[in-house]
Amino acid sequence: MNQGIILNIINSTFGLSAIIFFPFLSFLILGLSGIKSFKKYASFIGIISILATFILSSIVALEYFFISGKTADGFVKITALNFEWLKFSESISLNVGILLDPISVMMILIVSFISLMVHIFSAGYMKDDKRIKIYYSFLSLFTFSMLGLVVSTNIFQMYIFWELVGVSSFLLIGYYYQKPEAVAAAKKAFIVTRFADLGFLIGILIISYYSQSLDFVTIIERLTGESQYLNSSVAVSFLGVSALTWALVLIFIGGAGKSAMFPLHIWLPDAMEGPTPVSALIHAATMVVAGVFLVARLFPVYSLSCPAALDVVAFTGVFTALFAALIACTQTDIKRVLAYSTISQIGFMIFSLGISGYGGESGLGYMASMFHLFTHAMFKALLFLGAGVVIHYIHSNEVKDMGGLRKQLPITNLCFLFACLAISGIPPFSGFFSKEEILLAAWNSNKTVFFIALFTAFLTAFYMFRLYFLIFWHNKPSNSKSKAESHFSMIIPLLVLAVLTIITGFVPFGNLITSDGKILHSHFHFSFSIIPIIVAIAGIMLSAILFKTKSNKTENLNLENLLKPVKNKFYIDEIYIFITRKLVFSLVAKPAAWFDKNIIDGTVNYSGELTGKVSEKIKTLHSGKTQGYALWFVLGLIILVLVFAYIFY
Amino acid sequence: MTLDFFRLMYPELSLILIIFTLLIIKIFDLFKQNQSLISFFNAIFNFYFASLLFSININSGELFNGMYISSSKFAFEKLILTSGTLLILLNSAVWLKNHKHLPEFYLLLVSSLLGMQYMISSGNFLMFYLGLELASIPLAALVNFDLEKKKSSEAAMKMILLSAFASGIMLFGISLIYGTSGSLDFDILQTSINANKLNIIALIFIFSGFAFKISAVPFHFWTADVYEGAPFAITAFLSTISKAVIVFVFISVLSPIFNNLQFLWSNLLLIIIPLTIFIANIFALRQRNIKRFIAFSSIAQAGYILLGLSSNNGLGFASSIFFVIIYLLSNIGFFAVVSAVSDSMGKEEIDDYKGFYKNNKKLSWALAISLFSLAGIPPTAGFFGKIFLITAGAATNHILLIAFVALNMVISLFYYLNIVKKVFVDSSQAPLADVKTGLSAKVSLIICLAGIIIIGLNGALLEYITKLINL
Repeated sequence: MNQGIILNIINSTFGLSAIIFFPFLSFLILGLSGIKSFKKYASFIGIISILATFILSSIVALEYFFISGKTADGFVKITALNFEWLKFSESISLNVGILLDPISVMMILIVSFISLMVHIFSAGYMKDDKRIKIYYSFLSLFTFSMLGLVVSTNIFQMYIFWELVGVSSFLLIGYYYQKPEAVAAAKKAFIVTRFADLGFLIGILIISYYSQSLDFVTIIERLTGESQYLNSSVAVSFLGVSALTWALVLIFIGGAGKSAMFPLHIWLPDAMEGPTPVSALIHAATMVVAGVFLVARLFPVYSLSCPAALDVVAFTGVFTALFAALIACTQTDIKRVLAYSTISQIGFMIFSLGISGYGGESGLGYMASMFHLFTHAMFKALLFLGAGVVIHYIHSNEVKDMGGLRKQLPITNLCFLFACLAISGIPPFSGFFSKEEILLAAWNSNKTVFFIALFTAFLTAFYMFRLYFLIFWHNKPSNSKSKAESHFSMIIPLLVLAVLTIITGFVPFGNLITSDGKILHSHFHFSFSIIPIIVAIAGIMLSAILFKTKSNKTENLNLENLLKPVKNKFYIDEIYIFITRKLVFSLVAKPAAWFDKNIIDGTVNYSGELTGKVSEKIKTLHSGKTQGYALWFVLGLIILVLVFAYIFY
Repeated sequence: MTLDFFRLMYPELSLILIIFTLLIIKIFDLFKQNQSLISFFNAIFNFYFASLLFSININSGELFNGMYISSSKFAFEKLILTSGTLLILLNSAVWLKNHKHLPEFYLLLVSSLLGMQYMISSGNFLMFYLGLELASIPLAALVNFDLEKKKSSEAAMKMILLSAFASGIMLFGISLIYGTSGSLDFDILQTSINANKLNIIALIFIFSGFAFKISAVPFHFWTADVYEGAPFAITAFLSTISKAVIVFVFISVLSPIFNNLQFLWSNLLLIIIPLTIFIANIFALRQRNIKRFIAFSSIAQAGYILLGLSSNNGLGFASSIFFVIIYLLSNIGFFAVVSAVSDSMGKEEIDDYKGFYKNNKKLSWALAISLFSLAGIPPTAGFFGKIFLITAGAATNHILLIAFVALNMVISLFYYLNIVKKVFVDSSQAPLADVKTGLSAKVSLIICLAGIIIIGLNGALLEYITKLINL
């Protein structure tokens, strides 16, 4: 009906591929042209190309959700483009194309939008940087790879873009390559995610072997319901677990690496060495949710054919959510707090997928997870960009250098406050709606998960407002700079995101994105949502008591300061504080942080050392003596003969 | 018959003709200047290469009662070997320019190539063994070609002793086969070999000879010492061409003849592959010298190739050959850069490459692309090569082995990227000055890099190889 009004992009090969290739073009122009040329216009070129992408993706989203993709009771998957690229064997070929379904359309919208905001923000934030051209070319490369990832028609295309995303993340983390920490962090991120990707790759190989296809739609079709493919993959087992479960768990490991799930989360806090806008784009809103997206993409297989793998997903998610929230309470670096909060929020999305069923009311978890992904992208990007403004102003990441900034940075203050309210789950901010759905889904399916999640929600409100008060209230700053706010290019994205943070909660998500593509009529559960709101308010109150005015930092905690705020309060507050400050901090959060730093991190470092030591020990084998070599030759031969000719046969 | 003789044995006969020409040049001292001989020889060799390229589909048949077999698959394999040799020759023009015994160098190299081609085309163990010896003895002399270097002579000594040792053991295996079946003809052996103990031992002996040539653990000990002592051109030849030929022969000789013992040699590979990859990786981690480093890296790469062979099906063989081509290009690309550096400044340590990017932007990128391909990072061809190998290996259903191999791919990332890091990130008090490369070396490098990128993005080559294998 309306097709005359809107450009028909979904059916145009050129229009669709342009979404992906605009950023690629800007990468080529900025990355491959000479050092001097275009330098002045780097930000301009970057912003224009991503703006074009964003406009096209919005049109595609409109067309998809209102015209092409819509059926009577839901949405269909559209394979808009599909080229054969390499042929593995007769039945398996590797294609490259564009798959449109509710989640991929949502993702291109999020990625291009957040990327646009970050591109604009960076124009102000990085304007004095000498290598701004390289910076923008890397950003464009990232946007290109991320868009390619989300529209993948098949799992191998996704893997390729997955690696490309990893590479661009590596390049951007190590952007300040003069700083040794940045180089180390980039290396760590690369190596940890590579290890995880290994799982992904093996998972792909197993899946493609049993389903005889790499194509998502075909894989899902063949591995759900009764089919010979499903039967053969369930029949084979290794160490008592079926091949399909192995494949799905391995694929989830790949996703867990990118999405920083415990114990593969160690790279993300370090990745904050990159420029702050990059953290907003890659390490908060888009790349780190790739793992969630991956599980969501294969969700029917997880849910219908292999609930055991889904349990792994659920428990990894809920544990990570709690674990990261505890650590976030002890951090003093503003970006690290945000990093741990990201890990924790992704934990929410992951476990929400894990507890979800397929279709109908039981699919609430899936819808809630995608909803949270959507709202989280907005408010977390806002938090990071707000942090960027603060860091730009103070030139430090440590909260102890900040305080009372609400006077100097009024707009940032307000935006940051909105984002904190959203992440804590206070209505009417977006985070409330999505988190409430997640908690409801948890309540319906697994009470243990629900209570852990509820406690984590409390911690979330607590540590976010701790951060907020330490930055914007608290003491007067030692150096009172007069210059207020920043470059307008930094303020505009903040304002846009702040507005979205308020309104995106009202998007009727159940009508758009559900596990089986059918419309899910979700209704607000006012009686239920009281609990999360109370819990969140409790968290905020507690941190207001502790951090709003007095000068008691977590680090130099002394009894005087601890008791002062308690004196005029109820006795119950004292117990509350004792439990949180003493028990939770010292007994749980600190050990958790220690465990994180020494055991998880340490294992990675030590395995490198160990390899070195082993090679030190066996180096004498290569003595340089010819007769020694001949001796080894004969020994090897004799062993082989013994093993095969006399023992085996 | 006579016409067939020329038509089918065309690649080898041309090489023999080239050898005689070189002998005449040497005896009558026709070329006073090295540069003119280099140009002359490169011209001939290019012509030879072109003629192989155009005759690739027309040679099919057998000679001397099945002693010599020719097919388009073999012609393709010979073409790969020849093109690799050509690339190496182009690279080493600078080094050769000042060498006193240039005609001998060409003579020996071409003889070795001739031996390899006979190996590929052999239809009988006798022929095969002759080819093998012809391929390896001139190489020992070539290893010693930096005549004034002590290390070079030592390396040659080690190589000739150990390869005689390996040949002896292989010959023993062949004689056992003759004892049990009364024939050396591949056609007859295919049906007459069965799983008795003598045949099993014979297979293990012959296999160890192969393992020695491709330097699989525990038969790899000669590799690092010989690679280190040999001139760059010969190290490149040893690490690429002589490995490639063993892979080809493995596919066309070992796998059909011992088809009845397939369970045995796939189990043998099952032990050898993880050992080879793991030990090579561990040693590669701690190397300081670039040649020793490439020795261990090439051992590890051989392990990946063996993985493709272990599947014993068309897909596995095709992906092995595909990977050999990619490995050849990547390794020669890597050698083009390091030998240029060695020729102009004599630097052979990895640490010398600190801050290399400062004065050598283009060479640094070339080095990085080659290393990325060796490490198997997308979108270089090395990535696709390894993916296909692993996919093929997965058909053996040894998931643990595949997982272990894939894990080792990650370890290997560390040492390859370590060099890239030294080149781009590390700073040095005195970074290497601008390295001058000759025109021919540039051409060779560009071909290698273009190959690395194009083969990765275009599936046509693999399809072609699969078609050849399934013929």
